[in-house]
Amino acid sequence: MGLGDLCVSKDLVGLRDVYAETLIEMAEENENIVVLDADLSQSTRTARFAARFPDRFFNMGISEQDMIGTAAGLALSGKIPFVSTFAIFETGRAWEQIRLSLCLSKLPVKLVASHGGVTVGEDGASHHCIEDAALMRALPNMTVVIPADSCEMKNILIESLSMKGPLYVRGSREKFPTVHCPPMKPRIGKASVLKDGKDIAIVACGLMVDFSLQAAEMLKQDGIDARVISMATLKPIDEETIVAAARETGAIVTVEEHSIIGGLGSAVCELLSEKCPTLVKRIGIYDTFAASGLPCELLKMCGLTPKDIRRNVIEMLNKRHV
Amino acid sequence: MELAEQKRLYDLAKKVRVLILNMLTNAGSGHTGGSLSVVEILTYLYYSKMKHRPNEPTWPERDRLVLSKGHAAPCLYVLLSLNGYFPQEELFKLRRIDGSLQGHPDFKRTPGVDASTGSLGQGLSVANGIALGLRLSGRDSRVYAVLGDGELQEGQVWEAAMSAAHYKLSKVLAFVDANGLQIDGRVEDIMNIEPIVDKWRAFGWNAQEIDGHDFQEIDNAVKRAQVSDNGRPNVIVARTTKGKGISFMENNVRYHGVAPTMDELRRAMQEIGGEVLIEEKN
Ligand SMILES: Cc1ncc(C[n+]2csc(CCOP(=O)(O)OP(=O)(O)O)c2C)c(N)n1
Repeated sequence: MGLGDLCVSKDLVGLRDVYAETLIEMAEENENIVVLDADLSQSTRTARFAARFPDRFFNMGISEQDMIGTAAGLALSGKIPFVSTFAIFETGRAWEQIRLSLCLSKLPVKLVASHGGVTVGEDGASHHCIEDAALMRALPNMTVVIPADSCEMKNILIESLSMKGPLYVRGSREKFPTVHCPPMKPRIGKASVLKDGKDIAIVACGLMVDFSLQAAEMLKQDGIDARVISMATLKPIDEETIVAAARETGAIVTVEEHSIIGGLGSAVCELLSEKCPTLVKRIGIYDTFAASGLPCELLKMCGLTPKDIRRNVIEMLNKRHV
Repeated sequence: MELAEQKRLYDLAKKVRVLILNMLTNAGSGHTGGSLSVVEILTYLYYSKMKHRPNEPTWPERDRLVLSKGHAAPCLYVLLSLNGYFPQEELFKLRRIDGSLQGHPDFKRTPGVDASTGSLGQGLSVANGIALGLRLSGRDSRVYAVLGDGELQEGQVWEAAMSAAHYKLSKVLAFVDANGLQIDGRVEDIMNIEPIVDKWRAFGWNAQEIDGHDFQEIDNAVKRAQVSDNGRPNVIVARTTKGKGISFMENNVRYHGVAPTMDELRRAMQEIGGEVLIEEKN
């Protein structure tokens, strides 16, 4: 098991599996939905859509740039394209095509990538994706979402059908523990406070939400009452929830399986420095490439475990009190 | 090519396959099919053709090799290690956090790797740049690039094809490992790229088509490409078999991106008369 002992929950669901399932459900109702992939349809799970709706699936071969342009054209002719490949190829290889052909025209194209972060594992640095949030956040008109679990993934996909502009959703290779329980309904642009707390707020996205909850549990033993916020939407960011957390706790830690440059940590700092200057500690990948290894080993190497979060919170609070 | 030399290369190719399959099984992940299809091409280059110094990996006069289809790294690593770039034990740390052999070739981490690759479509451009640089420095080293046939779907490959011809990079020799498969199925079904040979010719290259598992044909084609320098870059479209050498892997798309199980390794070794070099893990 890729996450090894970092994961206590047994309830693990693949975001890409939920993606395929939801896509098929939505496509049964909405005949405008079409799907494009670039020779990774087994890995992204769009092959399941292809099996159900062969005429509405386009495998573009290994040509991500062409795939984005084609999706733009399909959107211009009234279709709703969902476009999938690995996160690094989706956002990195075809960035300027996304910028011009999708964002400038504000087209309703959904980019739903798999294989975000370093939990891609053994394939190594060439295949890890730790810059996608930065790349996508910089684009005008783009909405950026990194779901924490199947519930966020599913609700966001459903809501995306009513969106007018482009959307980027980052999925993962590893299965994720479930952090939302029904009847919670995560929404685009709205953070979920999963655990209340008054001493510090941990703002996280993706797999790091579960790890933050684990950290908050451990912090109880240290006498620290930590709030945990799942910030699935990085852009537009939920200002109200962050500013309230800053005012009420006075200290923020952000956690993401992404570079500390340009992702969730940056988004939170940008907001707070203008609206409510607060001490923020960004936990993420410190401007370096990772390597080949097991997902759990790489998370440990990058300092992205529940224990690391706990340690950072304690250090941060000590700093604040001097 | 002398018969004795052919025999030497075929024996080496078998050894390379044995090591590839063992190291992949040991790693538990990796790209089996596309590593096996380039065995003869890379074995020929590293043992019979390229000017290189394993004890001086950055020797400026060396010939360079850019493995543009970087997922075939296991084959490259085996050849580098057999040539003495690093100890053979390192092969059994493939893809591990304590090893130097990354899932895809990494210039900074592995001696003998001439360019980092893994994202398809980028290698030929890099090879062209190396060739331009070598020409500017007055060196006559050659630059080899190895591409997949699915990889030819990337537009950048054709941008590079154009510039190599434009800048008359006759020292560039590209191999297309045309095994007919990619991940999602047959190249022809996913996104057809034929006629491959005509495409390269139309882009201003000398193009030849050969059986990519036949050392005699590889040798003839490379010599033909390099004897008469007409100012054009050269491509050899090597028709190959994905998973070559192991009956149940040949032409089987399932073995693109999975490593053999221990049981499959045993069966494979039985078939080719090779040795299981690793121990079963639980
Ligand atoms: C830009 C990019 N897109 C997608 C991938 C994922 N990928 C790895 S191998 C592969 C198929 C390659 O097919 P081919 O070039 O024919 O290689 P071979 O069949 O010889 O393994 C794909 C799509 C990648 N590595 N890079």
